[in-house]
Amino acid sequence: MELTRRDALAALSGAGIVVGGTASALRRNPISFEEQSTSLPSGEEVMETLVAVADLVYPSAISNVREFVVGYAGTRMAERAAYRSGVRDAVADLDSYTAVHFDAERFAGLDASDRSVLLDQLGVRTADPSPEGTITQRVRYYLVNELLYALYASPTGGELVGIENPQGHPGGPTSYRQGPPE
Amino acid sequence: MTAEDASDADRTPSDRADVCVVGAGPAGALVAHRLAERGRDVVVLEAGPRFEFENREERMERAIRPAHDELTVWDMGGERDRYTSSGEWYYPLNHARVKGVGGSTLHWQGMVMRHHRSDFDRRTQDGVAADWPIDYEDLRPYYGSAETEMGVAGASDNPFAPPREEPYPLPAFEPSYSDSLFAEACERLGVTMHTVPNARNSEGYDDRSACVGYGTCKPVCPSGAKYSADVHVEKAEAEGARVIDRAPVQRLVTDESGERVEAAVYATPDGVEHRQEAREVVLACGGVEIPRLLLLSESSAHPDGLANSSGAVGRYFMEHLFAGAGGVLDRETRQNHVGFLTSESHQFYDDPGQSTSGTDGGVPASDADLGPIKLEFLNYAGPSPVEMALHSDDWGDELLAQLRDSYGTHVAMGGLVGQLPRKENRITLDRSRTDDHGNPVPDIQWSIDARTRRTIERANEIQRSVLEELGATDVSVIGPDRTGPAYHHMGTTRMGTDPTESVVNPNLRTHDVRNLSIASSSVFVTSGAVNPTLTIAALALKCADHVDERL
Repeated sequence: MELTRRDALAALSGAGIVVGGTASALRRNPISFEEQSTSLPSGEEVMETLVAVADLVYPSAISNVREFVVGYAGTRMAERAAYRSGVRDAVADLDSYTAVHFDAERFAGLDASDRSVLLDQLGVRTADPSPEGTITQRVRYYLVNELLYALYASPTGGELVGIENPQGHPGGPTSYRQGPPE
Repeated sequence: MTAEDASDADRTPSDRADVCVVGAGPAGALVAHRLAERGRDVVVLEAGPRFEFENREERMERAIRPAHDELTVWDMGGERDRYTSSGEWYYPLNHARVKGVGGSTLHWQGMVMRHHRSDFDRRTQDGVAADWPIDYEDLRPYYGSAETEMGVAGASDNPFAPPREEPYPLPAFEPSYSDSLFAEACERLGVTMHTVPNARNSEGYDDRSACVGYGTCKPVCPSGAKYSADVHVEKAEAEGARVIDRAPVQRLVTDESGERVEAAVYATPDGVEHRQEAREVVLACGGVEIPRLLLLSESSAHPDGLANSSGAVGRYFMEHLFAGAGGVLDRETRQNHVGFLTSESHQFYDDPGQSTSGTDGGVPASDADLGPIKLEFLNYAGPSPVEMALHSDDWGDELLAQLRDSYGTHVAMGGLVGQLPRKENRITLDRSRTDDHGNPVPDIQWSIDARTRRTIERANEIQRSVLEELGATDVSVIGPDRTGPAYHHMGTTRMGTDPTESVVNPNLRTHDVRNLSIASSSVFVTSGAVNPTLTIAALALKCADHVDERL
């Protein structure tokens, strides 16, 4: 099932970031951070990392992940300062961990199996998410759960499970009255 | 995100006020609006902050995402909200309320039904508890006004409800798909289902949007389709009322005679105390903070607390208890699309022990001594996929398989049972602990009685019959040992005609203090088994009339 720009828009409007907007309100390219930093990842690097994490946590039935992630997370980073700095710090820490424990500079540069091993090794699967917690908790919060929230609070993610108006998505007051699709 | 900071607001008292209202929840908002509309000078003092409407989506996200404690959704907790629960049962007070403009209607479900006639005559009807000094007819016009003010969506299809003249201001929400599954089983058992009156827009009303189905009504409605009392706070302000937020009232001060309140002393964020004088004072800060404030206002004229010559202030604390049962079907049930209810049954309200007879069986009778029962058919049984995904240890295809496996076939019934008023269930001051202003914190002493337990068991019996008829498996029950409070605080400044046994008279004025009134579920004499907010709103409108007459 293909994730559309409409899904990204739906997830963002559910989060109050795009109000009454159209798909043209979505970002098509990663944002550039105003402040340049040699130690923190660029907008492009943050986006690559999110796409690399989405590749692990999203089901294989989903396609068009990159455009969805850029549209959703890019817009969110542009509009919400706390998310922008939180996700950037989490990616920086994840890359530092990668450099110490794996033969690569960046998490996004690892192959899928190493990425999975790394996140398991870091304890992200079983971590309690926290925006101010340890690196593990912040990776869970800003990367894994951010992406899962974007997907499963969108109509396409919901439909994969069998609910076209998932909680958090303003999908109207009629679907609850309808029976299951034939 | 923390509570909105409006530190530059003018929080000094008004020079002249006809009325000072303490609390900006539904009761305070309606009293303030009604009196301001009639040209009275009104000042509302609210302990909590104003919340910006545009932050509601972010609050909703906090409610869904597991990193955020439930209390942070509306910024509850901390020193300001300290309390003690020393009774037989633990009482989670801060989960049960919101402090701020709008009060607990910010996180409420939004079910608004009238009390049944029998609720006002519990002693006469059942030989337990006490009768109210007013009856349904006294409140009937106020119920109608309250429904119009809040914008209630409903239908006149409840054969067990008390009589009404006017249709609801908005059409009812249509029954859910799962209601239609329940309807088949209920018909076979002879159990009557009907719509639920919702303080939630089924179409645009009062400049607020129709429901758009976020599915997170409790604890946040980001669209504003669910009524919350900030609506009437704004209306009151448009009529000239002043609302001072982050201004917790510390105590009420009387004149030398002790018969009139002279001023409400309140604190502001800069640490300064102010006095708001007014000709009339209305307490509308809920069933816990009202008795606490009266007890904190003790003086030589009122040594046991203000307006407490009866000793009833803080006593007879009552709650509604939840009774529920759920299971799974071999069919899809389409749950968690919306966060509100569309069907319930009041059939066992006035006759909880009755047997029923349908096209294929029935619910067996009970000859036990029971209280009223309200039954609900839930639209949000079982897991919400997005919440489950955020908690899962699985990712990718495994996660999707887990979600598909868990979601889709749950059904559940809920219900409310009201406990009896008992003297020993009470709010007192815990003088060993203080809040952020050095005031003793409230201590909740709470337990439930045998009749209430029996009534919960009876509710479970009916629920099990329905689920069995529906063919549900894996049935689990929330009975008297797993029940919890519905977060309705009632009874702690009860209404009555005898000043030695009650705190306020039928006009909602305290027996002991001539210019002090109470608009709250704290004046309820019995709890009934319906959600209390419509009755709170009706009483608030009645209270406003009486205050206006005295002015």
